[in-house]
Amino acid sequence: MDVSGANLQLDSFEELATPLFDQLYNFAHWLTQNRDEAEDLVQETYVKALKGFSSFQLGTNFRAWIYRILRNTFLTSRKGRKVTMTVPLDLDEEEESPEPAIERDTPETLLLARSSHELMQKALDELPVHFREILLLCEVEEMSYQEISETLSVPIGTVMSRLSRARQTLRNQLRPQVHQEAGQRIDRGTNHGL
Amino acid sequence: MVCESWKAKVDTYVDGEVPEEEIASLDSHVRNCSSCSADALSCVQLKRAIQVAGKRFTPSVEFRKRMHRRMAPKPRRSFRLGWILAAAAAVVLVAGSLTSTYLGNRSGTDQIFSEIADLHVATLASSSPVDVISTDRHTVKPWFQGRIAFAFNLPELQNSEFSLLGGRMTYLEQTPGAHLIYDVRKHHISVFMFQERSLPARLSDSALQQGKLSFNMETWSQGGLRYFVIGDASVADIDRLAKLFKTAS
Repeated sequence: MDVSGANLQLDSFEELATPLFDQLYNFAHWLTQNRDEAEDLVQETYVKALKGFSSFQLGTNFRAWIYRILRNTFLTSRKGRKVTMTVPLDLDEEEESPEPAIERDTPETLLLARSSHELMQKALDELPVHFREILLLCEVEEMSYQEISETLSVPIGTVMSRLSRARQTLRNQLRPQVHQEAGQRIDRGTNHGL
Repeated sequence: MVCESWKAKVDTYVDGEVPEEEIASLDSHVRNCSSCSADALSCVQLKRAIQVAGKRFTPSVEFRKRMHRRMAPKPRRSFRLGWILAAAAAVVLVAGSLTSTYLGNRSGTDQIFSEIADLHVATLASSSPVDVISTDRHTVKPWFQGRIAFAFNLPELQNSEFSLLGGRMTYLEQTPGAHLIYDVRKHHISVFMFQERSLPARLSDSALQQGKLSFNMETWSQGGLRYFVIGDASVADIDRLAKLFKTAS
Protein backbone atom coordinates (compact mmCIF):
# COMPACT_ATOMS: atom_id res chain seq x y z
CA MET A 1 0.00 0.00 0.00
CA ASP A 2 1.32 3.49 -0.81
CA VAL A 3 1.86 6.22 1.78
CA SER A 4 -1.39 8.10 1.13
CA GLY A 5 -3.35 4.84 1.18
CA ALA A 6 -1.79 3.86 4.48
CA ASN A 7 -2.57 7.28 5.96
CA LEU A 8 -6.13 7.12 4.69
CA GLN A 9 -6.51 3.72 6.28
CA LEU A 10 -5.07 4.93 9.58
CA ASP A 11 -7.38 7.97 9.46
CA SER A 12 -10.41 5.77 8.85
CA PHE A 13 -9.41 3.42 11.64
CA GLU A 14 -8.88 6.26 14.09
CA GLU A 15 -12.18 7.84 13.14
CA LEU A 16 -14.04 4.61 13.80
CA ALA A 17 -12.06 3.23 16.74
CA THR A 18 -11.29 6.26 18.91
CA PRO A 19 -14.91 7.00 19.96
CA LEU A 20 -15.26 3.40 21.16
CA PHE A 21 -12.27 3.51 23.49
CA ASP A 22 -14.13 4.13 26.77
CA GLN A 23 -16.86 1.64 25.94
CA LEU A 24 -14.38 -1.05 24.92
CA TYR A 25 -12.47 -0.49 28.14
CA ASN A 26 -15.66 -0.78 30.23
CA PHE A 27 -16.60 -4.01 28.44
CA ALA A 28 -13.04 -5.37 28.81
CA HIS A 29 -13.03 -4.59 32.53
CA TRP A 30 -16.35 -6.37 33.01
CA LEU A 31 -14.96 -9.42 31.20
CA THR A 32 -11.59 -9.56 32.93
CA GLN A 33 -12.71 -8.06 36.28
CA ASN A 34 -9.22 -6.62 36.62
CA ARG A 35 -7.83 -3.21 35.61
CA ASP A 36 -4.40 -4.39 34.36
CA GLU A 37 -5.88 -7.23 32.38
CA ALA A 38 -8.53 -4.93 30.91
CA GLU A 39 -5.82 -2.51 29.75
CA ASP A 40 -3.85 -5.36 28.18
CA LEU A 41 -7.00 -6.62 26.50
CA VAL A 42 -7.94 -3.23 25.05
CA GLN A 43 -4.38 -2.62 23.88
CA GLU A 44 -4.17 -6.00 22.19
CA THR A 45 -7.59 -5.47 20.62
CA TYR A 46 -6.51 -2.17 19.06
CA VAL A 47 -3.25 -3.68 17.77
CA LYS A 48 -5.11 -6.61 16.21
CA ALA A 49 -7.87 -4.41 14.81
CA LEU A 50 -5.40 -2.02 13.22
CA LYS A 51 -3.45 -4.88 11.69
CA GLY A 52 -6.58 -6.52 10.35
CA PHE A 53 -8.26 -3.28 9.31
CA SER A 54 -7.44 -3.89 5.63
CA SER A 55 -9.78 -6.90 5.79
CA PHE A 56 -12.59 -4.82 7.32
CA GLN A 57 -15.13 -3.69 4.75
CA LEU A 58 -15.93 -0.01 5.20
CA GLY A 59 -19.66 0.50 5.49
CA THR A 60 -20.20 -2.71 7.46
CA ASN A 61 -20.55 -2.80 11.22
CA PHE A 62 -17.24 -1.67 12.72
CA ARG A 63 -18.52 -1.75 16.29
CA ALA A 64 -19.56 -5.41 16.10
CA TRP A 65 -16.26 -6.18 14.34
CA ILE A 66 -14.00 -4.63 17.00
CA TYR A 67 -16.08 -6.01 19.89
CA ARG A 68 -15.75 -9.44 18.31
CA ILE A 69 -11.97 -9.01 18.21
CA LEU A 70 -11.94 -7.96 21.87
CA ARG A 71 -14.11 -10.88 22.91
CA ASN A 72 -12.11 -13.43 20.91
CA THR A 73 -8.90 -12.02 22.35
CA PHE A 74 -10.36 -12.39 25.83
CA LEU A 75 -11.49 -15.96 25.17
CA THR A 76 -7.98 -16.98 24.09
CA SER A 77 -6.39 -15.34 27.14
CA ARG A 78 -5.57 -17.32 30.26
CA LYS A 79 -8.57 -15.96 32.16
CA GLY A 80 -10.85 -16.37 29.14
CA ARG A 81 -9.91 -20.00 28.75
CA LYS A 82 -10.53 -20.57 32.42
CA VAL A 83 -13.91 -18.90 32.20
CA THR A 84 -15.01 -20.87 29.15
CA MET A 85 -14.08 -24.07 30.93
CA THR A 86 -16.64 -23.22 33.60
CA VAL A 87 -19.49 -22.59 31.14
CA PRO A 88 -22.19 -25.24 31.64
CA LEU A 89 -21.78 -28.08 29.16
CA ASP A 90 -25.46 -28.00 28.28
CA LEU A 91 -25.37 -24.34 27.27
CA ASP A 92 -25.79 -25.04 23.56
CA GLU A 93 -28.53 -27.56 24.17
CA GLU A 94 -30.40 -25.06 26.26
CA GLU A 95 -30.13 -22.54 23.48
CA GLU A 96 -32.06 -24.77 21.10
CA SER A 97 -35.37 -23.88 22.72
CA PRO A 98 -36.50 -20.40 23.69
CA GLU A 99 -37.00 -19.65 27.36
CA PRO A 100 -40.64 -19.88 28.45
CA ALA A 101 -42.38 -16.70 29.55
CA ILE A 102 -41.49 -15.64 33.07
CA GLU A 103 -43.80 -14.61 35.83
CA ARG A 104 -42.78 -11.26 37.22
CA ASP A 105 -43.41 -10.08 40.71
CA THR A 106 -44.24 -6.42 40.30
CA PRO A 107 -43.76 -5.21 43.90
CA GLU A 108 -40.39 -6.95 43.99
CA THR A 109 -39.41 -5.33 40.74
CA LEU A 110 -40.37 -1.92 41.99
CA LEU A 111 -38.17 -2.52 44.99
CA LEU A 112 -35.41 -3.74 42.70
CA ALA A 113 -35.55 -0.51 40.75
CA ARG A 114 -34.88 1.45 43.90
CA SER A 115 -32.06 -0.75 45.11
CA SER A 116 -28.51 0.45 44.89
CA HIS A 117 -26.17 0.26 41.94
CA GLU A 118 -23.84 -1.80 44.08
CA LEU A 119 -26.47 -4.50 44.40
CA MET A 120 -26.85 -4.69 40.63
CA GLN A 121 -23.10 -4.47 40.00
CA LYS A 122 -22.49 -7.30 42.43
CA ALA A 123 -25.16 -9.41 40.75
CA LEU A 124 -23.65 -8.70 37.32
CA ASP A 125 -20.20 -9.56 38.64
CA GLU A 126 -21.46 -12.91 39.81
CA LEU A 127 -23.18 -13.81 36.55
CA PRO A 128 -21.48 -16.37 34.30
CA VAL A 129 -19.49 -14.48 31.69
CA HIS A 130 -21.69 -15.55 28.73
CA PHE A 131 -24.71 -14.00 30.49
CA ARG A 132 -22.81 -10.93 31.68
CA GLU A 133 -21.44 -10.10 28.24
CA ILE A 134 -24.76 -10.42 26.43
CA LEU A 135 -26.55 -8.20 28.97
CA LEU A 136 -23.83 -5.57 28.68
CA LEU A 137 -23.93 -5.62 24.88
CA CYS A 138 -27.71 -5.28 24.90
CA GLU A 139 -28.28 -2.79 27.73
CA VAL A 140 -25.06 -0.80 28.05
CA GLU A 141 -23.85 -0.84 24.46
CA GLU A 142 -27.44 -0.79 23.24
CA MET A 143 -26.61 -3.16 20.42
CA SER A 144 -29.37 -4.61 18.27
CA TYR A 145 -29.91 -8.36 18.23
CA GLN A 146 -28.23 -8.39 14.81
CA GLU A 147 -25.12 -6.62 16.17
CA ILE A 148 -24.96 -8.94 19.17
CA SER A 149 -25.30 -11.89 16.84
CA GLU A 150 -22.32 -10.61 14.80
CA THR A 151 -20.27 -9.84 17.90
CA LEU A 152 -20.81 -13.21 19.55
CA SER A 153 -20.90 -15.14 16.25
CA VAL A 154 -24.17 -16.86 17.19
CA PRO A 155 -27.60 -16.92 15.46
CA ILE A 156 -30.21 -14.32 16.43
CA GLY A 157 -32.39 -17.07 17.97
CA THR A 158 -29.53 -17.84 20.32
CA VAL A 159 -29.16 -14.16 21.18
CA MET A 160 -32.84 -14.02 22.16
CA SER A 161 -32.84 -17.16 24.26
CA ARG A 162 -29.51 -16.36 25.94
CA LEU A 163 -30.69 -12.84 26.77
CA SER A 164 -33.88 -14.21 28.24
CA ARG A 165 -31.99 -16.68 30.42
CA ALA A 166 -29.44 -14.06 31.42
CA ARG A 167 -32.23 -11.78 32.66
CA GLN A 168 -33.91 -14.61 34.50
CA THR A 169 -30.63 -15.62 36.16
CA LEU A 170 -29.99 -12.02 37.16
CA ARG A 171 -33.44 -11.76 38.71
CA ASN A 172 -32.88 -15.00 40.59
CA GLN A 173 -29.60 -13.67 41.95
CA LEU A 174 -31.14 -10.36 42.94
CA ARG A 175 -34.23 -11.80 44.59
CA PRO A 176 -32.68 -12.88 47.93
CA GLN A 177 -30.74 -9.64 48.19
CA VAL A 178 -33.85 -7.61 47.44
CA HIS A 179 -35.80 -9.52 50.10
CA GLN A 180 -32.98 -8.94 52.57
CA GLU A 181 -33.00 -5.23 51.79
CA ALA A 182 -36.78 -5.13 52.17
CA GLY A 183 -36.45 -6.81 55.57
CA GLN A 184 -33.89 -4.27 56.67
CA ARG A 185 -36.14 -1.43 55.57
CA ILE A 186 -39.03 -2.86 57.57
CA ASP A 187 -36.76 -3.26 60.61
CA ARG A 188 -35.53 0.31 60.27
CA GLY A 189 -39.14 1.51 59.97
CA THR A 190 -40.14 -0.42 63.09
CA ASN A 191 -37.22 0.88 65.08
CA HIS A 192 -37.94 4.37 63.89
CA GLY A 193 -41.53 3.99 65.08
CA LEU A 194 -40.39 2.94 68.52
CA MET B 1 -54.27 -11.14 21.89
CA VAL B 2 -53.76 -13.90 24.43
CA CYS B 3 -51.53 -12.88 27.35
CA GLU B 4 -49.39 -16.01 27.06
CA SER B 5 -48.49 -15.05 23.53
CA TRP B 6 -47.56 -11.54 24.72
CA LYS B 7 -45.52 -12.81 27.65
CA ALA B 8 -43.30 -14.80 25.31
CA LYS B 9 -42.52 -11.58 23.46
CA VAL B 10 -42.14 -9.11 26.28
CA ASP B 11 -38.32 -9.10 26.20
CA THR B 12 -38.26 -8.63 22.45
CA TYR B 13 -40.87 -5.89 22.76
CA VAL B 14 -38.96 -3.81 25.32
CA ASP B 15 -35.76 -4.37 23.35
CA GLY B 16 -37.48 -2.77 20.35
CA GLU B 17 -36.94 -5.91 18.28
CA VAL B 18 -40.46 -7.08 17.44
CA PRO B 19 -41.31 -7.11 13.73
CA GLU B 20 -42.89 -3.88 12.57
CA GLU B 21 -46.19 -5.53 11.65
CA GLU B 22 -46.67 -6.74 15.25
CA ILE B 23 -45.88 -3.49 17.04
CA ALA B 24 -49.37 -1.96 16.77
CA SER B 25 -51.14 -5.02 18.19
CA LEU B 26 -48.61 -5.38 21.02
CA ASP B 27 -48.90 -1.68 21.86
CA SER B 28 -52.64 -1.97 21.97
CA HIS B 29 -52.50 -5.08 24.16
CA VAL B 30 -50.11 -3.64 26.69
CA ARG B 31 -52.27 -0.52 27.07
CA ASN B 32 -55.32 -2.59 27.88
CA CYS B 33 -53.87 -5.36 30.05
CA SER B 34 -52.66 -4.40 33.51
CA SER B 35 -50.77 -7.66 34.05
CA CYS B 36 -48.85 -7.32 30.80
CA SER B 37 -48.13 -3.63 31.29
CA ALA B 38 -46.66 -4.55 34.70
CA ASP B 39 -44.49 -7.13 32.94
CA ALA B 40 -43.29 -4.56 30.45
CA LEU B 41 -42.60 -2.07 33.24
CA SER B 42 -40.63 -4.68 35.15
CA CYS B 43 -38.54 -5.42 32.06
CA VAL B 44 -37.86 -1.77 31.37
CA GLN B 45 -36.81 -1.21 34.98
CA LEU B 46 -34.41 -4.12 34.83
CA LYS B 47 -32.95 -2.83 31.55
CA ARG B 48 -32.47 0.62 33.03
CA ALA B 49 -30.88 -0.71 36.20
CA ILE B 50 -28.41 -2.82 34.18
CA GLN B 51 -27.66 0.13 31.92
CA VAL B 52 -26.79 2.40 34.84
CA ALA B 53 -24.85 -0.24 36.78
CA GLY B 54 -23.08 -1.44 33.64
CA LYS B 55 -21.40 1.89 32.94
CA ARG B 56 -18.98 1.26 35.71
CA PHE B 57 -15.37 1.34 34.58
CA THR B 58 -13.40 4.14 33.01
CA PRO B 59 -9.85 3.95 31.68
CA SER B 60 -7.18 5.59 33.80
CA VAL B 61 -5.58 8.83 32.62
CA GLU B 62 -2.23 7.05 32.19
CA PHE B 63 -3.73 4.32 30.05
CA ARG B 64 -5.64 6.84 27.95
CA LYS B 65 -2.42 8.79 27.34
CA ARG B 66 -0.49 5.65 26.54
CA MET B 67 -3.07 4.55 23.98
CA HIS B 68 -3.33 8.02 22.54
CA ARG B 69 0.43 8.12 21.98
CA ARG B 70 0.26 4.73 20.35
CA MET B 71 -2.64 5.67 18.10
CA ALA B 72 -1.48 9.20 17.31
CA PRO B 73 -1.12 9.77 13.57
CA LYS B 74 2.33 10.25 12.12
CA PRO B 75 3.11 13.85 11.07
CA ARG B 76 1.51 14.64 7.74
CA ARG B 77 3.59 15.37 4.69
CA SER B 78 2.88 18.49 2.68
CA PHE B 79 0.62 18.43 -0.36
CA ARG B 80 3.57 19.03 -2.66
CA LEU B 81 5.59 16.32 -1.02
CA GLY B 82 2.60 14.07 -1.47
CA TRP B 83 2.75 14.56 -5.25
CA ILE B 84 6.48 13.86 -5.25
CA LEU B 85 5.83 10.69 -3.27
CA ALA B 86 3.02 9.75 -5.64
CA ALA B 87 5.37 10.17 -8.63
CA ALA B 88 8.02 8.17 -6.82
CA ALA B 89 5.44 5.51 -6.03
CA ALA B 90 4.56 5.29 -9.75
CA VAL B 91 8.22 4.71 -10.59
CA VAL B 92 8.42 2.09 -7.88
CA LEU B 93 5.29 0.42 -9.27
CA VAL B 94 6.84 0.09 -12.73
CA ALA B 95 10.07 -1.21 -11.30
CA GLY B 96 8.10 -3.38 -8.94
CA SER B 97 6.35 -5.25 -11.74
CA LEU B 98 9.75 -6.72 -12.67
CA THR B 99 10.40 -8.05 -9.20
CA SER B 100 6.91 -8.53 -7.85
CA THR B 101 7.43 -12.12 -6.71
CA TYR B 102 10.53 -11.22 -4.78
CA LEU B 103 8.92 -8.17 -3.21
CA GLY B 104 5.78 -10.11 -2.36
CA ASN B 105 7.76 -12.67 -0.42
CA ARG B 106 9.84 -9.95 1.16
CA SER B 107 6.79 -8.03 2.30
CA GLY B 108 5.25 -11.17 3.84
CA THR B 109 8.53 -11.90 5.59
CA ASP B 110 8.82 -8.36 6.93
CA GLN B 111 5.25 -8.53 8.22
CA ILE B 112 5.97 -11.74 10.08
CA PHE B 113 9.16 -10.32 11.60
CA SER B 114 7.24 -7.23 12.62
CA GLU B 115 4.48 -9.34 14.21
CA ILE B 116 7.04 -11.39 16.10
CA ALA B 117 8.50 -8.15 17.47
CA ASP B 118 4.99 -6.98 18.44
CA LEU B 119 4.25 -10.27 20.19
CA HIS B 120 7.51 -10.04 22.12
CA VAL B 121 6.87 -6.44 23.24
CA ALA B 122 3.17 -6.91 23.99
CA THR B 123 3.91 -9.98 26.10
CA LEU B 124 6.62 -8.33 28.14
CA ALA B 125 4.38 -5.29 28.67
CA SER B 126 1.59 -7.50 29.93
CA SER B 127 0.90 -7.84 33.64
CA SER B 128 0.91 -11.63 33.22
CA PRO B 129 3.45 -12.40 30.51
CA VAL B 130 3.48 -16.16 30.99
CA ASP B 131 0.73 -18.72 31.56
CA VAL B 132 3.05 -21.36 32.97
CA ILE B 133 5.59 -19.93 35.38
CA SER B 134 8.52 -22.23 35.93
CA THR B 135 12.26 -22.37 35.46
CA ASP B 136 12.01 -26.12 34.96
CA ARG B 137 11.81 -27.22 31.34
CA HIS B 138 10.21 -30.49 32.49
CA THR B 139 7.31 -28.44 33.86
CA VAL B 140 7.01 -25.97 31.01
CA LYS B 141 7.19 -28.43 28.11
CA PRO B 142 4.35 -30.74 29.29
CA TRP B 143 2.13 -27.68 29.84
CA PHE B 144 1.86 -27.30 26.06
CA GLN B 145 0.55 -30.84 25.61
CA GLY B 146 -2.96 -30.68 24.16
CA ARG B 147 -2.65 -26.95 23.60
CA ILE B 148 -0.61 -27.00 20.41
CA ALA B 149 -0.47 -29.61 17.65
CA PHE B 150 3.27 -30.25 17.78
CA ALA B 151 5.99 -31.26 20.21
CA PHE B 152 9.37 -29.63 20.77
CA ASN B 153 12.45 -29.99 22.90
CA LEU B 154 13.77 -27.41 25.31
CA PRO B 155 17.50 -27.09 25.87
CA GLU B 156 19.34 -27.95 29.06
CA LEU B 157 20.46 -24.63 30.55
CA GLN B 158 22.87 -25.84 33.21
CA ASN B 159 26.25 -24.16 32.84
CA SER B 160 24.72 -21.43 30.69
CA GLU B 161 23.81 -17.85 31.55
CA PHE B 162 20.22 -18.33 30.42
CA SER B 163 17.29 -19.08 32.67
CA LEU B 164 13.78 -20.09 31.70
CA LEU B 165 10.99 -17.86 33.06
CA GLY B 166 7.98 -19.66 31.63
CA GLY B 167 5.79 -20.05 28.60
CA ARG B 168 2.48 -19.19 27.01
CA MET B 169 0.35 -19.97 24.00
CA THR B 170 0.58 -17.51 21.16
CA TYR B 171 -0.81 -16.93 17.70
CA LEU B 172 0.92 -15.71 14.55
CA GLU B 173 -1.32 -15.10 11.57
CA GLN B 174 -3.98 -17.33 13.19
CA THR B 175 -1.39 -20.10 13.68
CA PRO B 176 -1.05 -21.38 17.26
CA GLY B 177 2.45 -21.71 18.63
CA ALA B 178 4.61 -21.85 21.74
CA HIS B 179 6.17 -18.75 23.26
CA LEU B 180 8.93 -19.17 25.84
CA ILE B 181 10.63 -16.41 27.73
CA TYR B 182 14.25 -16.59 28.85
CA ASP B 183 16.34 -14.27 30.92
CA VAL B 184 19.99 -13.41 30.42
CA ARG B 185 21.64 -10.68 32.50
CA LYS B 186 18.27 -8.95 33.05
CA HIS B 187 17.45 -9.04 29.31
CA HIS B 188 14.35 -10.97 28.30
CA ILE B 189 14.49 -13.08 25.19
CA SER B 190 11.45 -14.63 23.53
CA VAL B 191 11.60 -17.92 21.69
CA PHE B 192 8.66 -18.65 19.39
CA MET B 193 7.92 -21.95 17.71
CA PHE B 194 5.33 -22.56 14.98
CA GLN B 195 4.66 -25.29 12.47
CA GLU B 196 6.50 -24.16 9.36
CA ARG B 197 3.78 -25.37 6.97
CA SER B 198 1.11 -23.31 8.77
CA LEU B 199 2.87 -20.00 8.26
CA PRO B 200 1.69 -17.95 5.28
CA ALA B 201 5.10 -16.79 4.08
CA ARG B 202 8.15 -18.85 3.20
CA LEU B 203 10.97 -17.65 5.39
CA SER B 204 14.65 -18.17 4.98
CA ASP B 205 16.99 -18.76 7.90
CA SER B 206 18.48 -15.44 8.92
CA ALA B 207 19.76 -13.23 11.68
CA LEU B 208 18.53 -9.65 11.88
CA GLN B 209 20.34 -7.03 13.88
CA GLN B 210 19.14 -3.95 15.68
CA GLY B 211 18.23 -1.02 13.46
CA LYS B 212 15.68 -2.80 11.37
CA LEU B 213 13.49 -4.15 14.16
CA SER B 214 14.99 -2.47 17.23
CA PHE B 215 15.65 -6.02 18.40
CA ASN B 216 18.10 -8.71 17.51
CA MET B 217 16.47 -11.75 16.02
CA GLU B 218 17.39 -15.09 14.62
CA THR B 219 15.09 -17.47 12.78
CA TRP B 220 15.55 -20.94 11.36
CA SER B 221 13.60 -24.01 10.41
CA GLN B 222 14.28 -27.40 11.95
CA GLY B 223 12.24 -30.58 12.10
CA GLY B 224 9.20 -28.92 10.51
CA LEU B 225 9.16 -26.11 13.06
CA ARG B 226 10.00 -22.45 12.49
CA TYR B 227 11.92 -20.92 15.38
CA PHE B 228 12.27 -17.23 16.20
CA VAL B 229 14.59 -15.97 18.94
CA ILE B 230 14.14 -12.27 19.60
CA GLY B 231 15.14 -9.76 22.27
CA ASP B 232 17.13 -6.67 23.10
CA ALA B 233 20.05 -8.81 24.28
CA SER B 234 23.26 -8.81 22.25
CA VAL B 235 23.59 -10.61 18.93
CA ALA B 236 25.96 -13.04 20.63
CA ASP B 237 23.40 -13.88 23.35
CA ILE B 238 20.63 -14.39 20.81
CA ASP B 239 22.91 -16.63 18.79
CA ARG B 240 23.97 -18.61 21.87
CA LEU B 241 20.36 -19.30 22.86
CA ALA B 242 19.50 -20.21 19.26
CA LYS B 243 22.39 -22.69 19.19
CA LEU B 244 21.16 -24.30 22.42
CA PHE B 245 17.76 -24.82 20.78
CA LYS B 246 19.32 -26.15 17.59
CA THR B 247 21.29 -28.67 19.60
CA ALA B 248 18.28 -29.72 21.67
CA SER B 249 15.98 -30.25 18.68
